[in-house]
Amino acid sequence: MVTAFLLRALDRRTAIVLIAILGVGILLPVLNLTMDPSSPFHVPTYVLTLLGKYLTYALLALAVDLVWGFCGILSLGHAAFFALGGYAMGMYLMRQIGDRGTYGNPLLPDFMVFLNWKELPWFWTGFDHFWFAAIMVLLVPGLLAFVFGWFAFRSRVTGVYLSIITQAMTYALLLAFFRNDMGFGGNNGLTDFKDILGFDIQADATRGALFFASALALAAGFWICRAVIASKFGKVLVAVRDAEGRTRFIGYRVEGYKLVVWTLSAMMAGVAGALYVPQIGIINPGEFAPANSIEAVIWVAVGGRGTLIGPIVGALLVNFGKTWFTSGMLAEYWLFVLGGLFVLVTLFLPKGVVGTLLARDRKKPVEKPIEDVVAPGAVGQAAE
Amino acid sequence: MNTANAQIANAKAKDSLLYLDGVSVSFDGFKALRGLSLVIEPGEMRAIIGPNGAGKTTMMDVITGKTKPDSGDVYFAGDTDLTRLDEAAIASLGIGRKFQKPTVFESHTVWDNIDLALAGDRKPFATLFHRTSKAEIARVEEILETIRLSDKRDWLAANLSHGQKQWLEIGMLLAQEPKLLLVDEPAAGMTDSETAETAILLKEIAKTKSVVVVEHDMTFVRDLGVKVTVLHEGSVLSEGSLDVVSADPKVIEVYLGR
Ligand SMILES: Nc1ncnc2c1ncn2[C@@H]1O[C@H](COP(=O)(O)OP(=O)(O)OP(=O)(O)O)[C@@H](O)[C@H]1O
Ligand SMILES: [Mg+2]
Repeated sequence: MVTAFLLRALDRRTAIVLIAILGVGILLPVLNLTMDPSSPFHVPTYVLTLLGKYLTYALLALAVDLVWGFCGILSLGHAAFFALGGYAMGMYLMRQIGDRGTYGNPLLPDFMVFLNWKELPWFWTGFDHFWFAAIMVLLVPGLLAFVFGWFAFRSRVTGVYLSIITQAMTYALLLAFFRNDMGFGGNNGLTDFKDILGFDIQADATRGALFFASALALAAGFWICRAVIASKFGKVLVAVRDAEGRTRFIGYRVEGYKLVVWTLSAMMAGVAGALYVPQIGIINPGEFAPANSIEAVIWVAVGGRGTLIGPIVGALLVNFGKTWFTSGMLAEYWLFVLGGLFVLVTLFLPKGVVGTLLARDRKKPVEKPIEDVVAPGAVGQAAE
Repeated sequence: MNTANAQIANAKAKDSLLYLDGVSVSFDGFKALRGLSLVIEPGEMRAIIGPNGAGKTTMMDVITGKTKPDSGDVYFAGDTDLTRLDEAAIASLGIGRKFQKPTVFESHTVWDNIDLALAGDRKPFATLFHRTSKAEIARVEEILETIRLSDKRDWLAANLSHGQKQWLEIGMLLAQEPKLLLVDEPAAGMTDSETAETAILLKEIAKTKSVVVVEHDMTFVRDLGVKVTVLHEGSVLSEGSLDVVSADPKVIEVYLGR
């Protein structure tokens, strides 16, 4: 059933995008590992890590587009799901450190020793195992989204109000994770990772594997989103976006649809966060910052809402811009540039970069049927 | 006591398709419906007229679950209490509704609009793995034929004219295979010839289904040639054939005479 569901969505454009993402995912690590550093084709490790981070951002943007672009749910809290996935991975990486921490305590991570804790809190159990952490990466953001969505969608909170409570959700988590007694490293978060699955996390080969895993996750996310959108379920989502009341009156229980797509989207964001953390080497409460969620929305708007390719392109473009800009003298003004970009895109490119290109592509075939259809009708009437 | 009341109401509602008794709705103290009572028999077509603000749309909101009445009974098919159900459940029972302002899914094609409305399992996971069957394709074709939009199947609904959107919406109702259709001002904003065609279309539909039509256009109501209910200030002012209600002095005073 699931295979058929995925294969049905595999049209030419989807296949091209998948091949492109996976191609980059393989090519860059190979160039990094096999080329001599003096060769012009060599990809330095720091570039690989940077691009790997962008890929996880692209996956986050894709998750935002799935709910915003297709179902009209403007989430200003998706960074929360991203960060929770990141923390789940971070906890596993902390456990991998073992007794190699500063305090050399074989049982407890450094920050717990520092806080004078005697034993591991219950919610850290299981994170020694990768499989357990991997499940948590999906389960924790998914569960939060489910509970949040269950209440919000059932009480029919929509539009700006929903956006505001998503923002409140991430802000509340930000405050909670800042507290030392929460047991997630407080202000400093989780860092100083050593190994992942027994491999040195700093090694080029590991970096390459993480980069590839990010590309793979992005490709899988894209494919799943395409399949969801191409299905009748996806058409119902767009119907909800266009006319929620109408959708209810033809018998669809809208809250159920929102809940499913919202939870799926949160899980995708969680995976993105989980791949982000080992590449960046740290996860701290700053990832819950409301501005992070807003940035993700800007990536989607810039690339083109409701296009799936757009958010990927948007996340890459804006983050290239950010890296370039913040490395120069004008670094402090980045937020103004980002805000300005958002305003400009909203005013002059409401469909985003990809959306505008696609619309131009589509124009020709749309005009033709109009003439075709009108002409025979007119002839028919004349004949009568 | 509640059950006793329900049983009494049930007994009266027994042979009707739609039964409204003493329905009142108020918005911030303003009474949009005051003790409205109305009975639609199975297979009946009924026209509802009344001045602006008479409560016609509010009545449809109550029937379809959008608005909960403050008091009164609303029963469907004799024994189903509609006041306890939500929009989706009521739609699944077989009550379809066309809005006053045409509402279609603008960024879907004409085809997809009908396809989405087609009767079938509405649960998220059912639609996720749904595959369109031959029977469904045939059914969509048939409906497109009925609403005269076959040649525009690949058009985005957004590009349709106002009248075509009205028809598309009626087509979506048909696709639901409802027992009862509630149609709010289907001829609003239509040209005369479109209006006449719409009357023909609705009469066609009424052969197999019960239909309640709200309409301002008198020619249209005359074309339908069915029993008329006149609403005024949230309750029924007069009921009967168009000629009878047009001759009713109360009706002339509040509505036709203006
Ligand atoms: N949600 C609401 N909140 C407040 N007042 C409302 C609401 N819905 C309807 N009303 C009021 O209730 C009254 C009845 O409205 P309704 O829309 O049912 O009239 P109508 O008979 O459909 O009129 P029209 O012919 O203009 O469509 C109006 O005075 C309207 O302003
Ligand atoms: Mg009305």
